[in-house]
Amino acid sequence: MKPKEIKKGIFQVGVTDWNIRDFHGYSTESGTTYNAFLILDEKNVLIDTVKKEFSDQLIDNIKSIIPLEKIDIVISNHTEMDHSGSLPAVMHRVGENKPLYCSKMGEKNLSLHYQKNWQFHPVQPNETLNTGRYTLTFLETRMLHWPDSMFTYLNEEKILFSSDAFGQHYASQYLFDDQVEDKIMDYAKKYYANILLLYSPLVQKLLKQVTDIGLQINMICPDHGIIWRKDPNRIIKAYHQWSLQKPIKKAVLIYDTMWHSTETMAEHIVQGIADTGTEVIPMHLRKCHRSDIMTEVFDAKAIIIGSPTLNNGLYPTISDLITYMKGLKPKNKIGAAFGSYGWSGEAVALINQEFDAMKISRVDDGLKIQFVPDKKVLDQCSEYGQKIGQLIQKEDA
Amino acid sequence: MDKYVCSICGYVYDPKQGDPDNDIQPGTAFKDIPDGWNCPVCGASKDEFVKEE
Repeated sequence: MKPKEIKKGIFQVGVTDWNIRDFHGYSTESGTTYNAFLILDEKNVLIDTVKKEFSDQLIDNIKSIIPLEKIDIVISNHTEMDHSGSLPAVMHRVGENKPLYCSKMGEKNLSLHYQKNWQFHPVQPNETLNTGRYTLTFLETRMLHWPDSMFTYLNEEKILFSSDAFGQHYASQYLFDDQVEDKIMDYAKKYYANILLLYSPLVQKLLKQVTDIGLQINMICPDHGIIWRKDPNRIIKAYHQWSLQKPIKKAVLIYDTMWHSTETMAEHIVQGIADTGTEVIPMHLRKCHRSDIMTEVFDAKAIIIGSPTLNNGLYPTISDLITYMKGLKPKNKIGAAFGSYGWSGEAVALINQEFDAMKISRVDDGLKIQFVPDKKVLDQCSEYGQKIGQLIQKEDA
Repeated sequence: MDKYVCSICGYVYDPKQGDPDNDIQPGTAFKDIPDGWNCPVCGASKDEFVKEE
């Protein structure tokens, strides 16, 4: 897409990746964008770049506004390669001797990515940079979501360039929140659940800092997806709410199955939960992507995991999901395990161990049955579902 | 002396090595680090560290 002016003299020069469907293991069903911003002033500034494969497009976009050698300062808010991958191509044209502003950890991490003799300018937290008409302030936001992450704030226009925070993997011809439908919040939520969830305590701290220093925000420009201009507060409020990790009265039942026995159990547990009037979402692991499962896990009260026992262990997709979920550190959940087995039946106990390791409080020791569930077992499954549903309703969620 | 892990980013404070970049000399026990010290990787405060099991 062509560059677009977001405010007089300030351009989105990034690129649209319409066809990406797997972003390092996160499913991106609507593609994504890599946003980069050009600010024209007495000193011209470029904020962030794009994935390496798109460097020609980025360069063409900038060239359609000014020649690259007219850029005086490059800012790297985040060193991850979807934002720094085009730095070598860009710096080559801008001039290797031009200052490259980044955080202290940004300097270290860029040096570990690219063997270049760049003129790093590591910024102090809250350091300012005057570019003529404008003053930029650098805000340290370590671990949101990498050690190098920082924000750049344009004081006069009250624009926050927020790196990956407040972003969404969403490609469209549109640029702003008011041009897209409400479903954009679902994309933002999926991004939070899969990228930022484990840093929720830091999100809380950051939002408090922002409130305390009275930072006014007219526009938030993240590095992915659309720009928040109509109501930037909406996404800030959502981040506040999400970072509290207060679950809703909802159960997610995640399972896999070999000969439909664990699946039949799942169906009856789901019915039992539904009987109590509680929302329940069954998710088959070979039909649903782990990143979509995580989006549902994120605000659910109960996580129910069903696994067959395969060769004395967990079914592999269950291990995959648990590894992924464990890293994202979901809080304030209850857990329950179930599954059918042939002869040894280790899976349920293994899931229980994982619940304990994640500090997810278990409903009980779970429900395991040998081979194919009969009527009696299926009644037990329905009752188990009802028990879980009642617990969810009782909890002060 | 015990090692301590940052619960935010996973950095491990090893008393043998200290954190010389931030004036914590090698051989400094975790409890003797001043309260104003922060995780050198992510900036978390000292109370966000837990003893390594």
